[in-house]
Amino acid sequence: MSVLEGKELRVVGFLCNWCSYGGADTAGVGRFTQPTDLRIIRVPCSGRINPLFVMKALVGGADGVLVSGCHPRDCHYAEGNYYARRRLEVLKGLLPVLGIDPRRFEYTWVSASEGQRWQHVVETFTAQIHALGPAQPFAGASRPADRHRPDAAAV
Amino acid sequence: MSRIDVGYFPGCSGLGTSMEYERSTRAVCRELGIGLREIPDWNCCGSTPAHSTDAALSAALASRVFAQGEKAGIGDMITPCPSCLKNLRAALEHLEDPLFSARVEALTERPLQMRHRIRSVLQVIIEDVGPAKIKARVRRSLKGLKVVPYYGCLMTRPEKLMRFDDPENPVALDRLLEALGAEVLAFPLKTDCCGGSFAIPARAVTPRLAGRILDMAGEAGADAVVVACPLCQMNLDLRQGQIRAGGVDRALPVPYFTQLMAYAFGLPEQEAAFRKLVQDIQPAFACMSRRAADIEAEEGKVAAAEAEKARKAAERAAKAAEKAAEKTGTKDAAADGAGKKSAAAKKPKGKADVDGGEA
Amino acid sequence: MKIGVFICHCGSNIAGTVDCAGVARRAAAYPDVVYSTDIMYACAEPGQDAVIAAVKEHGLTGVVVASCTPRMHEPTFRKAVERAGLNRYMFEMANIREHVSWIGKDMEANTNKAAELVRMAAAKLRLNRELKPKSFPVTKRLLVIGGGVAGIQAALDAAEAGLEVIMVEKQPTIGGKMAKLDKTFPTVDCSSCILGPRMVDVAQHPNITLYAYSELEEVSGYVGNFDVKIRKKATCVDWDKCTGCGLCTEKCPSKKSYDRFNEGVGPTTAIIIPFPQAIPKKASIERDYCRMFNQGKCGVCAKVCPTGAVDYAMQDEFVDVKVGGIVAATGYDLVDWTVYGEYGAGRYPDVVTSLQYERMLSASGPTGGHIKRPSDGKEPKNVVFVQCVASRDPSVGRPYCSGFCCMYTAKQAILTKDHIPDSQSYVFYMDIRSPGKGYDEFTRRVQEEYGAKYIRGRVSMIYPKGGKLLVRGADTLMGGQVEVEADLVVLAVGGEAAAGSPALAEKLRISYDGYGFFMEGHPKLKPVETNTAGVFLAGACQGLKDIPSSVAQGSAAAAKAIGLLSRNMLDSDPQIASVSVNRCVGCRKCIEVCPFKAIQEIDMRGLPKAEVIETVCQGCGLCNATCPQGAIQLSHFTDNQILAEVEALCRF
Repeated sequence: MSVLEGKELRVVGFLCNWCSYGGADTAGVGRFTQPTDLRIIRVPCSGRINPLFVMKALVGGADGVLVSGCHPRDCHYAEGNYYARRRLEVLKGLLPVLGIDPRRFEYTWVSASEGQRWQHVVETFTAQIHALGPAQPFAGASRPADRHRPDAAAV
Repeated sequence: MSRIDVGYFPGCSGLGTSMEYERSTRAVCRELGIGLREIPDWNCCGSTPAHSTDAALSAALASRVFAQGEKAGIGDMITPCPSCLKNLRAALEHLEDPLFSARVEALTERPLQMRHRIRSVLQVIIEDVGPAKIKARVRRSLKGLKVVPYYGCLMTRPEKLMRFDDPENPVALDRLLEALGAEVLAFPLKTDCCGGSFAIPARAVTPRLAGRILDMAGEAGADAVVVACPLCQMNLDLRQGQIRAGGVDRALPVPYFTQLMAYAFGLPEQEAAFRKLVQDIQPAFACMSRRAADIEAEEGKVAAAEAEKARKAAERAAKAAEKAAEKTGTKDAAADGAGKKSAAAKKPKGKADVDGGEA
Repeated sequence: MKIGVFICHCGSNIAGTVDCAGVARRAAAYPDVVYSTDIMYACAEPGQDAVIAAVKEHGLTGVVVASCTPRMHEPTFRKAVERAGLNRYMFEMANIREHVSWIGKDMEANTNKAAELVRMAAAKLRLNRELKPKSFPVTKRLLVIGGGVAGIQAALDAAEAGLEVIMVEKQPTIGGKMAKLDKTFPTVDCSSCILGPRMVDVAQHPNITLYAYSELEEVSGYVGNFDVKIRKKATCVDWDKCTGCGLCTEKCPSKKSYDRFNEGVGPTTAIIIPFPQAIPKKASIERDYCRMFNQGKCGVCAKVCPTGAVDYAMQDEFVDVKVGGIVAATGYDLVDWTVYGEYGAGRYPDVVTSLQYERMLSASGPTGGHIKRPSDGKEPKNVVFVQCVASRDPSVGRPYCSGFCCMYTAKQAILTKDHIPDSQSYVFYMDIRSPGKGYDEFTRRVQEEYGAKYIRGRVSMIYPKGGKLLVRGADTLMGGQVEVEADLVVLAVGGEAAAGSPALAEKLRISYDGYGFFMEGHPKLKPVETNTAGVFLAGACQGLKDIPSSVAQGSAAAAKAIGLLSRNMLDSDPQIASVSVNRCVGCRKCIEVCPFKAIQEIDMRGLPKAEVIETVCQGCGLCNATCPQGAIQLSHFTDNQILAEVEALCRF
């Protein structure tokens, strides 16, 4: 479901607070121009990200989902990103089974000092999603707005 | 010696100004078991003036060389000239870009099919043959010859393109000349500019720069400056008159490394082609012979002294052993004393004498 | 819930590319939003007052501020809503500056994006719960890592304030780089005369415990209560017995050891006291050079030692301490300049580093303060200084300016003239960077009064000729090549993060940049704090800096640590995990993944359940994403809250 019809696609980002969110801030402070499609959700750690969050976004209408955490070895919580890496890699392998183009989901590592790298990540990922075009709505998937709020147990 | 078969691109100077390089290269490669298959109907590598005016034209010339190689089934080739090497390599690298490659193919109408590799004669000799095998092949050692190796600017640079040796302080030629028996002197201007083709637009520059190199070589005490590039050779050898006019008076021969290899391998003059040099190399060889004789005499003296020392030590050991044999009961101590005095190697001999005496 | 939304203009920072009033209008229609407005500077006093007034006037129960990054002003606004009588966690921020207005120029797209980020924040806020911190006791002890001038300053300031301080130094003596310097700029006063007494103070201060020749092995715990393990490396000398008499160093037969303190200018012995003013003044054995370790026999030092302190069998020891805060002051190292083949890559003995030159200048150095060429011991007349060696040079991966080289080069040129009045100094420079008190005047003096010739350009090659060194370079002001005959060449080698910095950062769980320098909490507002509470930075480990700045940072870090540790109790962050015992099936998965061992198993009427130890939990949420039952939830970042954000974004 594109916003600003024809201009933007829906790209959701899950960023860890300590590295990548800071990296995105650094990019902003450096005025590193980026495409406007991405909306960033801040989480404490990439290890906090349940792969089902990504699925919810993709099923709910996101055209692309980007996850970014601290570089391996440099996790603020020592090892959260190692767990994230394993989970997200499995998720990526699972997406085609679910009929979702795996290129709609990427995960990466950007530190708080890497504003330029963040700009590059956003540019490439947004370009990748634009190349894929808008995601096809799921046949039979209920419109998120119609659903009652998913509760934690269902996740 | 395992045979190496490669395509061979002589380059234009090989037919003219660097005929001696070309001739000695072929001879040396033959001796080292490097089979050279000349690229049929080869043409200019695309170097000056093409590459300074039109990159695509330059690459097209190079591309035709590779296409000709393909026709003969050659994907791996070598060239003596660093400038040809640089240009052919740069062309290969630029051709990786599909857009550029399309422009070139439009000119040549001969798209390349094979994976190509091009290396210098020096690189193949030092990396594929190696100093040990070269040393084994030497018939006339260059012992006593003091040389400085001069690589020029292109043999190791641009670093990313040439991927050979250290870009600032290469040592391949040093190792090779040492293997031939020559004494390689430290030379800080190994990769300094010889003046290149500046002789054409700004004539004064080349003799000044080449003069600096000769001056430094002379100061280092070299008998010869050994080179691997036709243009460097020409600037250093042919322009010595101009260099002298500029105030640097260092009459040094400037042979190619392949010429010295041919000489060391005992090949005839027509293959070493020293006569093609402007500066005569014979005085350098004369120096070499004198010095070699001195060195040998010195070595003889040292060897004699060593032998004398060894003999005396043995004598002492024998005497000590005799003494020990006389005073039975203290023989072990005596033997130890003998062992301590004589060289370590002599110790068992001393012991044997003791044993013999006892028997 | 009654939500109030405030869209900040941030002057023109946001309003320049976002229609703030338009965003406020759209936000008014979001669920539960009862009040929405735009505001010039939300963070300024009138802005905060406006928020408080609106809360009171409209009976708001939650507040959304759309402005800068929450990493900047979240604490500010939380305090403001608290003053308005709300719980500080009934607040959300939308980052419409760093993530919107500063990275795009398209007003329409930016406005739309800002409005969506506000919708996301409001959707999350609807599920926020009031959270209350718990308090826990603080260990009033500070660990200072690194005994250079920054670390010394931090340790002394903290100790003076009454804190117990543990200092860990990697080398056998404290003093760092400054101890190696002869004089300091721009006053040209004696370095060891300034630093020496401070070093003695460290040794004598009743509140400071010094572990020299030691390294940080492990850190666990959290702000207020770090558990630290220190490795005391084996010196092979019992420091309780060693009197520092130096007899062993006189008699040691292994006289060709690399002299680390003197930067290899002249050799030293295998058993050393680094320099006469070393603190602690104790001997230690460099095993790499010791005959006892390499040949298995010698034992001279053990024989001569009057107190029998030498112990070849000594092993590394470990010390466990509990500290409340940590100051990292690990300094810098010189870049390995031998990557420069054109400068001889270390082949020419008369090409030395600035730090080696400093040791030559020093009266207590190996040359007794006489400048001598390493090659032949002669006094040089022409000395060429090359600046920006491995600074501002992307080709060797060091694009940054080291900051202090311009100044120390000027100082060394002055000292050269002082030592050898008939000498001539040449300085090849790129730009003279001297922005400090009295700095620029200093660089002028060296040229005008001391006659140093400054040549603006890079050096392309250094090579030996006739017993001298020829320095070839460009003079970009004259537009030509220059060649200078030098007796000695001094390379102003730039600095880099000290070896092992990334590994230390990982132990401390702080961030570091691509060069290994530690990341400060905020480049302007948190220069000595890190993103890990309780860990502070001082000196060049954060970025290269000169002595005055390092000392200032040392004091600043101490002030921060004193502030933290002056409290008896700290409030724990309530954004931690909690277990819903009804849902928990006791599978232990959360216990396994928790990096902080903050979850324990309890028995509840015969059933195993997980329980979070509140003061230990750091709030990463790893357990939350692991729990198959959704039973353990991270407060303020619950599954429902994050999904509400996802839904707010994907709804349209």
